[in-house]
Amino acid sequence: MQFELSEDQRLMQEAVSELLVKECPHEALAEAWETETGGVAGLWDHLAELGILGLTTPESHGGLGLGPIDLVLLLEECGRHAVPEPIADIVAVGAPLLAEIAGPVADRWLPKIAAGEARVAIGLEGSPVVAHAATADLLLLQHGDEIHAVAPDAVSLAPLQSVDGGRRAHRVAWEPSDATRIASGSEGRAAARRAFDRGAAAAAAELLGLGRQLIDLTVEYAKGRVQFGQPIGSFQAVKHHLANAHTKLEFARPPVYHAAYSIQQESERTPLDVSTAKALAGDAAHLCFRTALQCHGAIAYTYEYHAHMWMKRVLVLERQYGDARFHRARAASQLGVTPAPA
Amino acid sequence: MDLRYSEREEKFRAECRAFFEANVPRGLPPLDSAEGFPLHVEWEKKLYAERLAVVDWPEEYGGRDATLMEWLIFEEEYYRAGGPQRATQNGIFLLAPAIFHFGTDEQKQRVLPKIPGADELWCQGWSEPGAGSDLAALTSRAERAEGPAGESGWKLYGAKTWTTRGTFSDKTFGLFRSDPESVRHKGLSYFLVDLNIEGVTVRPINKLDGEEGFAEVYFDGAFVPDRDVLGEVDRGWYVAMATTGPERGLTLRSPGRFMAMADRLVELARRSPELVDAALRDRVAERWMEAEAYRLYGLWTATRIEAGVDPGAESSVMKLHWSQLDIDIHETALDIAGPVGELLDDSELGLDRGRWMKDYLFGLANPIWGGTSEIQRNIVAERILGMPRK
Repeated sequence: MQFELSEDQRLMQEAVSELLVKECPHEALAEAWETETGGVAGLWDHLAELGILGLTTPESHGGLGLGPIDLVLLLEECGRHAVPEPIADIVAVGAPLLAEIAGPVADRWLPKIAAGEARVAIGLEGSPVVAHAATADLLLLQHGDEIHAVAPDAVSLAPLQSVDGGRRAHRVAWEPSDATRIASGSEGRAAARRAFDRGAAAAAAELLGLGRQLIDLTVEYAKGRVQFGQPIGSFQAVKHHLANAHTKLEFARPPVYHAAYSIQQESERTPLDVSTAKALAGDAAHLCFRTALQCHGAIAYTYEYHAHMWMKRVLVLERQYGDARFHRARAASQLGVTPAPA
Repeated sequence: MDLRYSEREEKFRAECRAFFEANVPRGLPPLDSAEGFPLHVEWEKKLYAERLAVVDWPEEYGGRDATLMEWLIFEEEYYRAGGPQRATQNGIFLLAPAIFHFGTDEQKQRVLPKIPGADELWCQGWSEPGAGSDLAALTSRAERAEGPAGESGWKLYGAKTWTTRGTFSDKTFGLFRSDPESVRHKGLSYFLVDLNIEGVTVRPINKLDGEEGFAEVYFDGAFVPDRDVLGEVDRGWYVAMATTGPERGLTLRSPGRFMAMADRLVELARRSPELVDAALRDRVAERWMEAEAYRLYGLWTATRIEAGVDPGAESSVMKLHWSQLDIDIHETALDIAGPVGELLDDSELGLDRGRWMKDYLFGLANPIWGGTSEIQRNIVAERILGMPRK
């Protein structure tokens, strides 16, 4: 029994952290909001160089052939720095989905994904919003029990405005066809379910990082901000808000690591483990966001201070791949607690 | 990350499971009641005979030298089987770590062997009428004195209160001011005191659940020989605070206890679908997840402790989590019960024969004892988040 990430996994986390401190400061994020793609200039190439984009692509297709447990700390770092690029959709969901289904589409696209030369966008049933569809070279879309790989010129996109200004959301209109179908029947259904779980676990990991950064920003602020002649961080009311947020977030962390492990092991319990992680991480990050806003006071209610970008990312990710209520309902079913007959 | 248990751990789990399933006593009256207490003591003796009372202690004191991970397994199996509350818990979890760390060889030989077999039952003498959360404000005092046989020691004066199971215990461990000139944390000593000696009076106090679980203990010149001072004279505060060890957060209330509780809640919801609407189903799932989170947090913490990391103030994070979880699980169950939730009696009508309400009342003490949740939040904010004390 060893419940801890490995030395290698920690080293990779440090490398990503160093990169993001340098290449993804909050000033760059604010600039990214104003661009068409919502991306941070140059960041994609740096991530590709570090091997992050090919982390989950099989070695046979030019990647590192690693799994969710190797990815979880990196996604946490992406959350911590509020990276707007769709790393999770591409690395945590898209590449494993293609690799699992295999075949000519996977053979063609996986090496490009690993090299950072192609991006995929994910559209699973349950949400009509497809993120970063306009910058995708391939769309992986669910249609009932089927998964389709659709070229950008075969879809029509309607832009939607997300609360998160770094996120480019779209509604995608498309027609499924024999030519685009890459999985169907029980295989397609299982692939869609696993893609959903991977996405939920990845969002949970990002939420951990977002929550942590919001707490850290708030603690620093509360230590320096003086009112009534003393730092507001010395007041119990402020301390207790932050202690509550910290406690809730720290208890979401082991379930998130566990969900990554569970996906890697794939058992009957995996949906329960993923739902536990996503519900706890979503609610914890939400509390961190509310705490950060309240304890900063008016400054956090502005665009002049950068915390709002973290808060809005929380508002998005706590809803993506199932919100807390959805996951509690799914977990209840897994536990055999079914609703009373009407 | 490798969440498979070793062969040794699985074997240990199987042994625990078999023994508890065959031997755990069912339906005991409450631990803190005159009728229930001796039955709990009897069960402790049986556990001790099986060398299952203190599995993580050294073999020479009746343990098995079990790892922290094995102790977590023991707890999971104990509470999974519905094992009763531990009559020896103050001695095992609060006093013994202090003796292992600060005791002389003579104290270890004399005191430790009598704890796990329930030969001597201990209660804690910390709080006073004027010193609760602010423990360092305590005024009970110790004066230098000679005993009846001319041996040197101390005479104790003052009152200790909210002493859990004081009326059923043989002995108490507590802090007394041994340096009359001292203030606050300095000048306190840690004493081991027999409750059946002259100069000690124990007055029972009924707890919220109506049982005689509390006591006030008065000291009026009770004599304690030098050999019953634990650690250095005037350094008792540091003995009391430092004895807890890195595992304190886990051992105070193990994850297994709450996982078993949450599993019982799930089982209740499964067998009463007509009482569980969507809102309650949502809460049942959330409670189970929070218990699962503590189970995983426990595995993570045990892994780190075994690698030599001291989680320090994280014990406060843990206590905040489980003290609320305990209450939330019971409130969810009682809300499923509806109007019969109020019943404490053993009739068919009550939910699980009143057990949820009884255990709810018991758990309501969690955010108060052992440092209130407000004190724990201060600790988390100051020692973990680094916020200013003043």
